[in-house]
Amino acid sequence: MEYILIIIAAVFVSNIVLNQFLGICPFIGVSSKVETAIGMTGAVTFVMVIATLVTYLIYYSVLVPLDIVYMRTITFILVIASLVQLVEIILKKISPPLYQALGIFLPLITTNCAVLGVAVLAVQKDFSLLESTVYAIGNAIGFGLALITFSGIREQLDLLKVPKRMKGVPIAFIVAGLMALAFMGFAGIV
Amino acid sequence: MELLWKVKKPSDMNQWKNFSKGFIKENAVFALFLGLCPTLGVTTSAVNGLGMGLATTFVLVMSNLVVSLVKNFIPDKVRIPAFIVIIATFVTVVELVMKGYVPALFDALGLFIPLIVVNCLVLGRAEAFASKNTIWSSLVDGAGMGLGFTMALTVLGAVRELLGSGAFFGMKLISGDGMLLFILPPGAFIALGYLIVLANMIKEKTS
Amino acid sequence: MAKKESTFLSMVATLIMVTLVAAGLLGSVFALTKEPIRLAELKKKNEAIQVVVPGFDNEPSQEVKRMFVDGDSLYLYTARKGEEILGTAVETFTNMGFSGEFKLMVGFSPDGTIIDIAVIKHAETPGLGDKMEKGKSDFSVQFMGKHPESFNLAVRKDRGDVDAITASTITSRAYCDAVTRAYGAFMESQKAE
Repeated sequence: MEYILIIIAAVFVSNIVLNQFLGICPFIGVSSKVETAIGMTGAVTFVMVIATLVTYLIYYSVLVPLDIVYMRTITFILVIASLVQLVEIILKKISPPLYQALGIFLPLITTNCAVLGVAVLAVQKDFSLLESTVYAIGNAIGFGLALITFSGIREQLDLLKVPKRMKGVPIAFIVAGLMALAFMGFAGIV
Repeated sequence: MELLWKVKKPSDMNQWKNFSKGFIKENAVFALFLGLCPTLGVTTSAVNGLGMGLATTFVLVMSNLVVSLVKNFIPDKVRIPAFIVIIATFVTVVELVMKGYVPALFDALGLFIPLIVVNCLVLGRAEAFASKNTIWSSLVDGAGMGLGFTMALTVLGAVRELLGSGAFFGMKLISGDGMLLFILPPGAFIALGYLIVLANMIKEKTS
Repeated sequence: MAKKESTFLSMVATLIMVTLVAAGLLGSVFALTKEPIRLAELKKKNEAIQVVVPGFDNEPSQEVKRMFVDGDSLYLYTARKGEEILGTAVETFTNMGFSGEFKLMVGFSPDGTIIDIAVIKHAETPGLGDKMEKGKSDFSVQFMGKHPESFNLAVRKDRGDVDAITASTITSRAYCDAVTRAYGAFMESQKAE
């Protein structure tokens, strides 16, 4: 039951993008088409879940016992960067068309603050290994939900008459604000 | 030998233009749309925005400096991981120093301090500028972009604080609360959206 | 600018070098900031204790008892004036907050009466839940001088005696949860003596 609550909280109540402000760069940058949004979500989910798992293990089995917790930022980001490289290599081998489709978005996952953010939060919240993994999965779903919904709206927005100065990024932010407002309605269900 | 020469000889670049581009024309937030996570996440007050901006500027200047110093010694294929380690080092320095000397600000900025390492502005400048330019130019670029970023964050923070809590840099101007929406997530997006429009208008007028 | 050749050896060597230098630099910065960090955290703690059990002249953080309750730790600090025990400050927590966990410092006088309560750390909604902070509303004032045996630590909606913060029932409930937990630990520690 606990795990279901973790997921609901991560997806709706404290949505990683609309409430915690993590993953904004891809949120704005990759959301002009639903297709690319879906591809990005898949890649991010993979990296986020594995990264959280690996960094969690390293934190508790190496950093804490050796009292070098201050190395957390460096080790975590190195794990993420390596994982992204690994994903690129694996994807190139087993599915070249998918690799082509994702293109430049793959290396960009390294700088996705949501991935590093979730890894750090999982450790800060004193979760167990299983709870951290569930938390990561939940946040990946939340990221995907926000990103894909947003890109759907943006695709429609392109067809509407928007004041010239607001076209593109400004109106996107206003819409994001309204989405965030809507998500605030989930507050209190957990 | 070559490195020394590059330090002594004044660069051909117009350093004033190099420095000032970060303020309006190539402002990290309003023009390049980089570093958006902390921009939205910590700007509930002007002081928080200012603190975050300065911390990021420190990391940006230091990492630009070091990257420009060692750019000829790092093999091409590992340059991104190497840059990341360099940046992460300075981020950790900032973390430790803030924790010890300005703990209140450290608590307020929270998670976003370690997240400076994935601020696309910092890695972006290292890759796009510092790895290809002289040490002095990189330093100036870092300072300009960083201070421009700081200005954007402080402005957004001041706007949100003014509208949301009726305060200016901590001094309350009205009793009670303002339009709370602005210190909550939706308000961050909306305020930033309108500020970008404003920035675009200023850019048009000055070019 | 010529790019340096990326042989396997040069790549690995460079990364190892960079990481070692980084680790070395950070190790020294860590050593330098260890003391200021410790002092800053101590100061924060002492300030909270000063608010809830004012007037002590000892070092409460030196007289601390740690208790494991509900999967986390509570800390009980003894505040003295001279030989006499002024009160006990209990650092408590709740996980039922609107935005997750937050921490309170509750000051109890030796007979169990609540002296005062301060919020140590929270992420509650500004303008709503954050009204539980002293100075932002009268919410915390109603607890002062009350004894948990006669003052039911639950919000009125839950048939208690606590007036919740308007539109912030969740935060108010969580606050009561934290205070109740603190009182439970306080009673436990009194029994042990």
